[in-house]
Amino acid sequence: MTTTALDEIVERIRAAAADRATLSIRGGNTKAFYGEAAHGAALETAALAGITSYEPSELVVTVGAGTPLAELEALLAGQGQCLPFEPPRFAGGGTVGGMIAAGLSGPARASVGAVRDYLLGLTLVNGRGEVLVFGGQVMKNVAGYDVSRVLAGSMGALGLVAQASLKVLPVAPAEATLDFACGQADALRLLNEWGGRPLPLNASVWRLRDGVGVLSLRLRGAVAAVEAACAQLGGERQDAERAAAGWQALRDQQHPWFSAGAAALWRLSVPQTAPVLDLDGAPLVEWHGGQRWYLAPPGESHRVRAAARAAGGHATLFRPAAGARHEARFDALSAPLERIHRALLNEFDPDAVFDRGRLLPATTTAH
Amino acid sequence: MNAPLSSAEQGSLSASARQAQVVQALQPHLPAHALIWHDEDTVPYECDGLTAYRQRPLVVALPETEAQVAAVLKACHGLGVPVVARGAGTGLSGGAMPHALGVTMSLAKFNRIVKIDPVSRTAVVQCGVRNLAISEAAAPFNLYYAPDPSSQIACTIGGNVAENSGGVHCLKYGLTLHNVLRVRGFTAEGEPIEFGSEALDCAGLDLLALVIGSEGMLAVTTEVTVKLVPKPQLARCIMASFDDVRKAGDAVAAVIAAGIIPAGLEMMDKPMTAAVEDFVRAGYDLDAAAILLCESDGTPEEVEEEIGRMTEVLRRCGATAIACSENEDERLRFWSGRKNAFPASGRISPDYMCLDSTIPRKRLADILLAIQQMEIKYGLRCCNVFHAGDGNLHPLVLFDANDPDELHRCELFGADILETSVAMGGTVSGEHGVGVEKLNSMCVQFTAAENEQMFGVKRAFDPAGLLNPGKVIPTLSRCAEYGKQVFRAGQAMPFADLPRF
Repeated sequence: MTTTALDEIVERIRAAAADRATLSIRGGNTKAFYGEAAHGAALETAALAGITSYEPSELVVTVGAGTPLAELEALLAGQGQCLPFEPPRFAGGGTVGGMIAAGLSGPARASVGAVRDYLLGLTLVNGRGEVLVFGGQVMKNVAGYDVSRVLAGSMGALGLVAQASLKVLPVAPAEATLDFACGQADALRLLNEWGGRPLPLNASVWRLRDGVGVLSLRLRGAVAAVEAACAQLGGERQDAERAAAGWQALRDQQHPWFSAGAAALWRLSVPQTAPVLDLDGAPLVEWHGGQRWYLAPPGESHRVRAAARAAGGHATLFRPAAGARHEARFDALSAPLERIHRALLNEFDPDAVFDRGRLLPATTTAH
Repeated sequence: MNAPLSSAEQGSLSASARQAQVVQALQPHLPAHALIWHDEDTVPYECDGLTAYRQRPLVVALPETEAQVAAVLKACHGLGVPVVARGAGTGLSGGAMPHALGVTMSLAKFNRIVKIDPVSRTAVVQCGVRNLAISEAAAPFNLYYAPDPSSQIACTIGGNVAENSGGVHCLKYGLTLHNVLRVRGFTAEGEPIEFGSEALDCAGLDLLALVIGSEGMLAVTTEVTVKLVPKPQLARCIMASFDDVRKAGDAVAAVIAAGIIPAGLEMMDKPMTAAVEDFVRAGYDLDAAAILLCESDGTPEEVEEEIGRMTEVLRRCGATAIACSENEDERLRFWSGRKNAFPASGRISPDYMCLDSTIPRKRLADILLAIQQMEIKYGLRCCNVFHAGDGNLHPLVLFDANDPDELHRCELFGADILETSVAMGGTVSGEHGVGVEKLNSMCVQFTAAENEQMFGVKRAFDPAGLLNPGKVIPTLSRCAEYGKQVFRAGQAMPFADLPRF
């Protein structure tokens, strides 16, 4: 990340503020489908690329927002380290800034945490064009409000992340994938039971395969712990290479389940103990029960959201059906939360330079 | 300086008239015993664990129900009266220090464990439940709540949320932030609000991450849902001696570089070891320049494998002696000194000031050596205990508060440690919070624009500025008075376009 590149971005933001123009922050543009439709001129982060510092023994990497995610992951892999939350890459070409702004995490999320849990600090350009640094490069930091973490999942509405420091972890020494033939309810019961035992659980997925329910469980940890858990849990141990490819496909939604037909793809985030939801069709269940994907025909929005809410969670219209009329992507917020959201957006970006509608449409109906 | 009341409001009423007004406003909402304002009754609330800063509150309210909390907040909001929420008062940075013209709201009566759910591995607890009480209640299910600040026997979960508390196991198990799913509470206006949920994420911004660690300035917490994790089957601890602090510091980095995340990785320097050995008689090596405690937990197979790898790294880094706990009694004995560092310091000095900065791990030896130089410069002794694994320092500067010059030198010593930590790429507070104690140091870590953006966060949650005002974020004028304000190269100066001189 060069100072010139940052200066140019600051100038664009200041000019937009003066002109009352809207800017839409764009990294690799690989998640354009996610969130409400983008508005405004694109503000590219590509020039903010580069690794600022990486010291494996500190477990921290500081990286420019425009850095391709693939480049960062290759760098970490070279040192036997990784981003444990496995951010989804979808088509490929995504950036670190996009990963933070979307706030999405992959298969291991329920066991290891999300993007926000690994975000130690960042450099932010707010809507006034001020360059601000929050957090730092250290694991423990309670100096001031933890502003950096709220940028994870903020969809570019608060400001432009120019650079971020991320906590990284060593790749686990051992991994194994076990398959169990079982229905959804049994899978949920087993996952919650295993979760209460000291087992090296890392990721899980339940789906129908040729009409038969299959639960795949990924273990990661010390060699001894993984071997002991395999012996304890039973199941059918999968070929390591094939299993790894399967988890990869799941992480990036390249798994065939996600390309089934013309339905809308819904992401339901619910408590892991939520029972089988009262919705049509078999879901794909991840995060030990905490994330359930459903394919639904257009017009099912109300039912899907109600089911998620009844279970204590929320629903996101992740990819709408092709050609369907517009429906809200995210659940509406409670009135006090919506008030705080709007006030925060105004504090970070008083002239509404950044495309806040991507996160929060102008009018929403609170339930 | 950060007072929320306009001078007109303050000037219009004397403190005693204001007190009468507040008491009258709160009386209809609280039982008689839950509202106190006479000096002799409010004295216990005049400070928290940071006893050097004291302030008598105008009124103390002790609500027993959420409805009462809401009513107190609404009434105070109507009158423009600041509210300082308070848990067990064990905080070390003055975060719960009362406001002279404000209500201190003690939440001590919210001490009920609402639910321990072994299936979802969560506990729903009221904010006044003690940290350790959660783990005790979960123990029958072989579960526990992972963050374990040293004060866990007394500190409350509400306070932990306010401070984003850590503990000796947070390198592996995370901070409060990583272990809390949901916070239920009230806005400054007394409106009920929930941050987070029992699902793993929520629609909208992750406000839970912002509320945790906000020192009671954004909302009042009344109920918390925490994650419980399975108790490891076994934990073993290695105690390693080093004849040189640099070797010990390098060993910490080497353990991490070897791909090991210890359950705990702590360091004590020689003066600290001497002080705690005198107190607990744990058999510490008194000749060592530094001692490392390195813990492994998990299944017996896992622990054996990891202890082997740790021992090898420590030996390679030049440890002069290595002992590994053979049973739980011995493990607890290894930890007893570390856990008693504060009371042990209290025995060897009339007073001590505990600091809490964090630095990158690789600078551990550098900061220890810098602190040794500062001992000479300020003519005061300092014992050091570090959460070495996450670079969090707790230097304990020994002094006598009855000697004004010693107190002054101690304050300079502390500020020097914090500024040196920031210069080394660290932060002024790792886990104790800013409160009132580190307001000046915030000027050194953050630019005026950064502090102003944090004030913006405060305004978004609490437009009237009534929740715990005056803490955490220093005003521009305060930084000007302190004479230090950081400006970053290549970054915009505040009001950069304004002509100056």
